[in-house]
Amino acid sequence: MMMKKKLVPYLLVSPYIIYFLVFVAFPVIFSVILTFNSWNIISPMKFNGINNYIRLFHDQFFLKSLVNTLIFLVIHIPLQIIVALFLAVVLNQHIKFSGFFRAAFFLPVIVSGVVVTIIWQQLYGFDTGLFNRILTALGLGRVGWLIDPAWAMPSIAIMATWKNVGLYIILFLVGLQTVPPHYYEAAELEGANQMQKFFKITLPMINPTIFMVVILSTIGGFSLFIEPYIMTGGGPLNSTLSAVLYIYKQGFFFYNMGYSATLGLFFALLILSVIMIQKKLIEKD
Amino acid sequence: MKKILFYILLTLAALAFLYPFLWMLVASLSPENQIGNLTFIPTSLSFDSYKEMLNKIPIARSLFNSIFVAVCITFGVLVFGSMVGYALARLEFKGRNLIFFIIIFTMTLPFQITLIPQYILMVKFGWVDTYWSLIVPYLMNSLGIIMFRQYFKTLPQDIIDAARIDGCGDLEIIFRILWPNSIPALVTIGILTFMSSWNEVLWPLIVIRNEHLMTMPQLVTLFAVGGAAESQLGVKLAAATLLALPIVLAYLFFQKYFIQSMASTGIKE
Repeated sequence: MMMKKKLVPYLLVSPYIIYFLVFVAFPVIFSVILTFNSWNIISPMKFNGINNYIRLFHDQFFLKSLVNTLIFLVIHIPLQIIVALFLAVVLNQHIKFSGFFRAAFFLPVIVSGVVVTIIWQQLYGFDTGLFNRILTALGLGRVGWLIDPAWAMPSIAIMATWKNVGLYIILFLVGLQTVPPHYYEAAELEGANQMQKFFKITLPMINPTIFMVVILSTIGGFSLFIEPYIMTGGGPLNSTLSAVLYIYKQGFFFYNMGYSATLGLFFALLILSVIMIQKKLIEKD
Repeated sequence: MKKILFYILLTLAALAFLYPFLWMLVASLSPENQIGNLTFIPTSLSFDSYKEMLNKIPIARSLFNSIFVAVCITFGVLVFGSMVGYALARLEFKGRNLIFFIIIFTMTLPFQITLIPQYILMVKFGWVDTYWSLIVPYLMNSLGIIMFRQYFKTLPQDIIDAARIDGCGDLEIIFRILWPNSIPALVTIGILTFMSSWNEVLWPLIVIRNEHLMTMPQLVTLFAVGGAAESQLGVKLAAATLLALPIVLAYLFFQKYFIQSMASTGIKE
């Protein structure tokens, strides 16, 4: 009986242990092994030393996918924070129907990225898309949203902001409500204006939320896949080739399992280091 | 005065978030030659796009596949998650901290690193083009375990002690005593799991090639990208509308829970 009692916790966690060994530990170790091999799954695995790593550092497509991710993040993160914070601050002013507005802003968050991408592909259309119609009506020139290499990645970053911003509005609202009202009252007594109140009280108080937005957006940027897959296939001129899309292409178009695993390992390490740096930077402020 | 400005701003913003979906719905119900109008009200109603889509792809089957996969995964995550969460929160045993550390490690691990080896596993198991590959790798979820652990920690010890005196085993304690007292946790984890399973598309694209086993997002993606839609916009939008419909309907009824669930974790997709 005593023996059985001791075993119970281990029996309860055993499914997780099996899952961890099979679907986490083994894949991580195997992916490191794969990076030193070349393999197309069908013929036997061939050891090829550090060739995958050498190839990685000379691979212009890899470099391109890194630059593309960077472009995405540089646009997506600030845009996301500004729009979310702005709408959250407005919603926090004792607004009637605020439940309706929140629900509306949140709708794209729950809908599949596939749906959002199919819709926005039409909005971005060169001849008949909504955005170019508005621009033409205003007497401005049309923009090649998805066909101009300079615009394609920014266009995807804008769409991704529209899709995710609802979640961050909610997170900021929660953050804003943690600011004690008497902070503002005290500041008013000392003659602080709206701007000062925002930058001296609100912003420092919601810093943890901003940190969360930055991290989640960074992970999102490195995980970008279905948007370029549907909209552009990574084009034009590889300007929307994302990290995951490149891993996918190397793995499942060319069946370079070794090289694809090398890309995966490298991007994973990169994500973790970028997040660490962001953490350091934000904690310092 | 300032308030009025706020309301105008919010209304415009709400329109910006709702209009694209309304347009999709209206366009999918319009005859192909009127889709370019970008209006709210279709001048004439037509179900041609839907009929054509039904002829071209097994959308009903994919709806079944998506529901089946999401239900199995959600069930697994709730059952296994509460078992592990209970052990971590309520039982003393050697190695408990190690297991907690492993769960946190798994949660922070970027999926890019395991994608290729997991696919190779599926090939070796012979699970490519089966439901197994869609379901089994998702039956456990580290975040779910952590959330159960947190929630179970807040429950009073009395109810567990009382159950023990009545002779309940640990499984009975979890499913008959703790579960009825953990509805918020079950709802939150259930919604998050169901939604992320419903919207998952990269993994199915990798492990499923057989059209009849495809989940809805995968089928719609391949339909939109491949030549099958033959650049007929209405048909594409009809497929996208059907893909959005179940989650949007659920959202209309359980909106509060959706928002709370997602906000409680800050985890998206």
